[in-house]
Amino acid sequence: MWHDAVLVAGKDLRIEARSRVGLWQVVPFALLVLVLLAFAIGPDQASLRHAAPGIFWVALLFSTVLAIQRSVAVESGEGTRDGLRLSGIDPAGIFLGKAAAVGLQLLALQIVLWAGVTFLFDVQVHVVWLAVVASLLATVGLACAGVLYGALSAGLRVRDTLLPLLVLPVLAPILLAGSKAWQAALNGNASSGTQWLKILVPFALIYLVVGVVVYGPLQETA
Amino acid sequence: MSEQVTRPIRPRRPRWLDVVGVLGIAAMGFTVWLGLWVTPPDVVQGNLARLLYIHPAIATVALYWAGGVAAGGSLLYLWPRTRSFFWDRLAASAVEVGAVFSALTLVTGSLWGRPVWGVWWTWDARLTSTALLLLLEIGYLALRRVPADLDVRAKRCAVAALLVAVDVPIVHFSVDWWNTLHQGGTILDPGFDLHVHGIMLWTMGLSFVAFTLVFVWLLGMRYQVEVLQDAVGDQELDVSLSERWSEDAELVGVAGPAAHGSGDAP
Repeated sequence: MWHDAVLVAGKDLRIEARSRVGLWQVVPFALLVLVLLAFAIGPDQASLRHAAPGIFWVALLFSTVLAIQRSVAVESGEGTRDGLRLSGIDPAGIFLGKAAAVGLQLLALQIVLWAGVTFLFDVQVHVVWLAVVASLLATVGLACAGVLYGALSAGLRVRDTLLPLLVLPVLAPILLAGSKAWQAALNGNASSGTQWLKILVPFALIYLVVGVVVYGPLQETA
Repeated sequence: MSEQVTRPIRPRRPRWLDVVGVLGIAAMGFTVWLGLWVTPPDVVQGNLARLLYIHPAIATVALYWAGGVAAGGSLLYLWPRTRSFFWDRLAASAVEVGAVFSALTLVTGSLWGRPVWGVWWTWDARLTSTALLLLLEIGYLALRRVPADLDVRAKRCAVAALLVAVDVPIVHFSVDWWNTLHQGGTILDPGFDLHVHGIMLWTMGLSFVAFTLVFVWLLGMRYQVEVLQDAVGDQELDVSLSERWSEDAELVGVAGPAAHGSGDAP
C-alpha cells in the first residue's frame, strides 16, 4: 500500500511539475483571493491584521478546491481511470498517493500564502510551532477530505459545480479551527490555540481512515 | 406504441405505514392540544417554554433517527453481502427527511433564541454544527440528483451519506466539547437531572413519540416515491428507446440523405 502510494504521488507530482498548472494557476489564484479579500475589508491596517488569519484560510480553502479539481482532471483522460484500476494498485494506495500529492502542493502553497499575508497585512507569527502544526494537520485533513470528494464527483459532467458544494461545508471545520489557531499564533496565545488543534487532529484522522476504507468501492463507480 | 410500454405503476404501500401515519397525526394533534392548552406556562420563560414540546423532539429525529438510518442504510449497501437497493433508497429517504427536520430544528431553535438569547443566530458550536449538517445533507441531495446508473449512484451516495454521518457525533458532543450557549443534552444528559415536571414532562415525552411516528411515516412515504421514481425512470427509457426505433424505421423508409443535408445550416 505504501509503495503504491509513493508511486501514485510521484506520478501526480511529476505531472504537476511538467504541466505547471499549480504554479501558474493555483498559486496566482490564491494570491488573488488574498488581495480581493483585502479590497473587501478596506485599507484599515488594524482590521486587516485582525482578519489576516481568516483571509489566509479562506484563500487556502478555495485553492484546495482548485487543487482537487486538478487532481481529478489528471485522471479524467481517455481510459486513465481504467488504466489505474487495471494496474493492480491497491485503491488505498491510490487514495494515499493522491492525497499526499495534493497535500504537498498545499504545503508549498501555504508557504507562499504565508509570505503573502506577512507582506500584505504586516502580521507576524509569534508562536511559530503552533502555526506550523495547525497548517500540517489541516493539510492532512484538506487533502484527504478533498481527494475523497474529488473521487465522489469524478466522472460527472457537473463535477465542477458540484464539487465546491459538496466539499466546502465539509472543510468548514478546518477553516474555523485553522483560523482560530492562527489567530492565537499571531497573538502569541499558545494555550488557546492548542484547543483548536483538538479539532484538526480528529478531522484529519477521520478522513484519512474513511478514505482508505471507501476509496475502493468509490473507484468502482466512476 | 407507447401505450404498450407505459404500464400504470401501482405502488404497493404496506398497511402498517398507513397505521403509523394515522397514529402519528393523532399523537401530533394530542401533543399540540397538551402543549398549547393543557400545560401551564413556564415560571421563568412563560409561553416560550412551549417550544420545548417540539424543538428537542425535532432535533432528535433530525440527528439520531435520520442520521442513524442514513448511516446504517449506507453501510449495509456498501457491505457486499447485504447490498440491495432497499438500503440505498432507505438511506436516501432518511437524508431527505432528515434535511427537512434539520431545517426545522434550526428554525424552531432560532424562534426560541430570539427572545431568550436576544439573537436569531449565534456562532455557537451546536448551532454551527447543525447548520453544517443541513448543508451536508443538501450536498448529498444534489449528488443524488446527478444522473447516473442506479448502482453507481447508490455507491456514490452511500459514501457521501457516511461523510454526512461524521457530523452527527460532532453535533451530539458539541455541547460537551465546547463551552456552548446551547444547553447540554436533554435526554441523554450525563448527570440526568430533569427540571421538567408532571404534565410538561408527559407532553414532552409524547412529542418525542409523535415526531418519531411522523418520521417513520414520512420515511416510508419517501421510500415509496423513491421506488416509483426509479420505476418511472426505467419506463421513460423504454418509451424513448421504442420511439427512437420507430423514428429510425421511418427515416430509413423515407429519405436518409435529405435529412443529413439539412442538419448543418444554422
